Amino acid sequence: MNPFSSGTRLRDMIRAIRACKTAAEERGVVRKECAAIRASISENDPAYRHRNLAKLMFIHMLGYPTHFGQMECLKLIASPGFPEKRIGYLGLMLLLDERQEVLMLVTNSIKQDLNHTNQYIVGLALCALGNICSAEMARDLAPEIERLLQFRDPNIRKKAALCSIRIIKKVPDLAENFVNPVAALLKEKHHGVLITGVQLCADLCKVSTEALDYFRKKCTDGLVKVLKDVANSPYAPEYDISGIIDPFLHIRLLKILRVLGQGDADASDSMNDILAQVATKTESNKNAGNAILYECVETIMSIEDNGGLRVLAINILGRFLSNRDNNIRYVALNMLMRAIAVDSQAVQRHRATILECVKDTDPSIRKRALDLVYLLVNDTNVKPLTKELTEHLKVSDPEFKGDLTAKIYSIVEKFSPEKIWYIDQMLKVLSEAGNYVKDEVWHALIVVITNASDLHGYAVRSLYRAVQTAGEQETLVQVAVWCIGEYGEMLVNNVGRLDIEEPLMVTESNAIDVLETSIKSHSCDLTSQAMCLIALLKLSSRFPSCSQRINDIIGQYKGSFVLELQQRAIEFNSIIERHQNMRSSLVERMPVLDEETFSGRRAGSVPAAVSTSQGVSVSLPNGSIKLSTAPVADLLDLTLDDAPSSNSSGGVFLQDLLDVNLMPVSLQPDTIQAQKSGSDVLLDLLSIGTPAQRSPFTPQVLSSKTDNRSRLDILDRLSTPSAPSSQVSSTGGNSSMLDLLNGLPSSPSVSVTEGNGPAHSSVTAFESSSLRLTFNISKQPGNPHMTLIDGSFTNKSEYVYSDFIFQAAVPKFLQLQLDPASGNTLPAGGNGSITQKLRITNSQHGKKSLVMRIRVSYKVNDKDVLEEGQINNFPRDL
Amino acid sequence: MIKAVMVINGLGKPRLSKFYEFQPAEKQQELIRHVYAVLSGRPDNVSNFIRSLGTVFGPDTRLVYKHYATLYFVFLFDNSENELAMLDLIQVFVETLDKCFKSVCELDVVFNYSKMHTILDEIILGGQVLETDSVEVMRAVEEISKLESTTSAGTMINKSIPSWWAR
Repeated sequence: MNPFSSGTRLRDMIRAIRACKTAAEERGVVRKECAAIRASISENDPAYRHRNLAKLMFIHMLGYPTHFGQMECLKLIASPGFPEKRIGYLGLMLLLDERQEVLMLVTNSIKQDLNHTNQYIVGLALCALGNICSAEMARDLAPEIERLLQFRDPNIRKKAALCSIRIIKKVPDLAENFVNPVAALLKEKHHGVLITGVQLCADLCKVSTEALDYFRKKCTDGLVKVLKDVANSPYAPEYDISGIIDPFLHIRLLKILRVLGQGDADASDSMNDILAQVATKTESNKNAGNAILYECVETIMSIEDNGGLRVLAINILGRFLSNRDNNIRYVALNMLMRAIAVDSQAVQRHRATILECVKDTDPSIRKRALDLVYLLVNDTNVKPLTKELTEHLKVSDPEFKGDLTAKIYSIVEKFSPEKIWYIDQMLKVLSEAGNYVKDEVWHALIVVITNASDLHGYAVRSLYRAVQTAGEQETLVQVAVWCIGEYGEMLVNNVGRLDIEEPLMVTESNAIDVLETSIKSHSCDLTSQAMCLIALLKLSSRFPSCSQRINDIIGQYKGSFVLELQQRAIEFNSIIERHQNMRSSLVERMPVLDEETFSGRRAGSVPAAVSTSQGVSVSLPNGSIKLSTAPVADLLDLTLDDAPSSNSSGGVFLQDLLDVNLMPVSLQPDTIQAQKSGSDVLLDLLSIGTPAQRSPFTPQVLSSKTDNRSRLDILDRLSTPSAPSSQVSSTGGNSSMLDLLNGLPSSPSVSVTEGNGPAHSSVTAFESSSLRLTFNISKQPGNPHMTLIDGSFTNKSEYVYSDFIFQAAVPKFLQLQLDPASGNTLPAGGNGSITQKLRITNSQHGKKSLVMRIRVSYKVNDKDVLEEGQINNFPRDL
Repeated sequence: MIKAVMVINGLGKPRLSKFYEFQPAEKQQELIRHVYAVLSGRPDNVSNFIRSLGTVFGPDTRLVYKHYATLYFVFLFDNSENELAMLDLIQVFVETLDKCFKSVCELDVVFNYSKMHTILDEIILGGQVLETDSVEVMRAVEEISKLESTTSAGTMINKSIPSWWAR
């Protein structure tokens, strides 16, 4: 016999595993045990089967593979002794599952055991069947189970009832066989059997509508009476849980009444009395009592309308909310959330208590209460509720502030009666918890402020005040900086002062103080610093007296180690010093931001859709643009690639806005594809000063794939926005763009954009006497392996080609994707073309160049024509 | 329907696990780890219910747990069960264990693995509540233990001792 198998008992093995100090040690012990068990299994010694399987189950629980023991379960089940069967069935439930074919082998053993004289063995078989029964087994064994539902011992009856649940879930067709036995079970006196019988009844109703109708008609009154008896029964110690009689039976009965009452007014009517009784009489100082009340409330909410009962139910929930037990408050909030749909007025009455729950110490309760409050808000109560929530911001846990601010924002956004209130509330939120606010919230605030033209002055002055007291709140500072940049003169001159406002004495230099403090504050991140620089630039033209001071501040950043800031500083410095004439137009106030665009963007709509909705004929592929961190600063941003790409939706938004509003000119179709990041930035740039001049020189952008000079040409244009057309043809010369950038050792913008610029070329791929195929080839920036090809076919003959089909094949190192062709009819004489897009991925990019075999088939005058060819003249390095 | 019962100790070791919906072994371990990760991060003063369990479980899965000394008792179930009642069921389970082992501790649970299952099988069958009276449960469990010990003593000795000596 095997020396290992005699060794350890289960207890010893557990002890050995527990003694392990490391996971590796444990694995070692388990491996050794498994080896011993395998050896013992192969010896086929019945003496250790029992112990081996017990060990395997323990090993299984620890998460090690134990499939090799499955057959042992079957052998143990088939053996005559009780302990073997017991372990065998336990193993069957734990190690096997209904999907395994092995299970079929056990059906017969189970059938025998269901007919065993020892009722405990019958119990074992029922238990296993109830846990792992498959559909086949259900069909085979259903008659046995039906019989056992009438067994004399209640323990078997209740197990058989639960087993039946599994059977009808697996095979709903069998449901009708169980309807009559269940009706008998519902008259049981034994509580255990009654619970299982009621449960089986509920599951029957779930799988079969006939059963539901039957029970609704025949058993509703009976069940109501059972519940009445249970609720009024005298003290019964065996089913007592902390002073409440059999809460589980209560709950099961209330549940089945819910099933029967749902959608049936008569049945609902007959249970009203008992529900009212349970709702009022049940003691609520114990968990068990509350469990019954909770179930009762759920039943009242689900059955057909009875206004009185519902108010009673919601009041119970209201009482739950002031319970000291977290669990009770938790379930009450969940239920109230659903109750709102039924009777929101009744829930509104508990508003104050719900608001208290927002301040709960348990985060899960707070979160739910907050969700509930959000649902309760309407036009009439929005102001007090928002006030409460904002007040709570002051004392709430830091980790809760994010959720809270987001919800306040949604409430304010949805229900705000007027803009000034919106601005006030959001300012409060930002000053209280600005550091926890998500970006979209302050972006939205900026959008709202720009749209409220009569409140610009009010907003900027309020922000100025707020920053004085809450300067450490990052997002507040960002909004303030942006507004001071845009509306600085309103701050100083008290423009548009409202009656409710106190007059504010701010000098130009005070305003700049704010910016200077912000940009120098240690908590200021890159985005804010960049925004400060922009704001300073803007103020430099509005506050001419402070121009020198501003220039000094900006000048300090010329040496910044952050390339983004350095570049801005240098550019802005040049603008202030040398380009007085264009400065004022360059730093004009931002156009009003479109609210709909913004909310659409937040809702996640496709970026391109925005521009089409504006009636512009071209949509720009904004998706390919890398964003800088400073949204507003995109205007003058040349080195987008250097900025960290932790972008914000506002960035896309503002940038798009420029595209949309300032470029009404339609572009030629193929320029759309040409617009990759590099050229896009340039075009954006140009759009500031010369919106209408775009189309004449876009072709230059296209052709400028390698040619620096033509790109510089375009840069030139920026510096001379007033007279662009005169310089269209000028190449190089005294480029004032270089002048603008002369603070930089070399002009990085050029090289950066060059690297990412679109590569473009066009080849005649195939030409025969009757047909010409032209490929327009382009590359996607950032993906050198991918080549995009626009194929275009031209008919050189005098006949129309119909059923035109183009096929292409490539060697293995290439991958080809063909989009559907634009049509299948090619007009005669070159009067039109069929276009088709191809995408090729070259896995050997840089080593092998593209090659392709093509076949074109079409019909001319009902005659089939086939043309084939090979294309070798692709440009290299694709 | 109850989907799973787990007993996990304070270090994340499973002490008892039973799944009433089929899960492959690896998934079972993943679930146990996930539950432990959720529970171990929870402070004491919060509710015993968890609804947002992430995607590891089905969408409607809820969890109720109770923390006794070194052990977490965890029931996972779907929305057809009453959360407060499940909390009581844990109470019934633990009370029964207490009666069986005379104030139960983790070691009892570890070493009486099979008895734990016997008890659990008398309380929950196929994910449904079978019996909530701990006296009734005890009676059945004792009956089963009696059957196990009497017959097994006979068979085990008869069969195993001779082969042991024969070596």
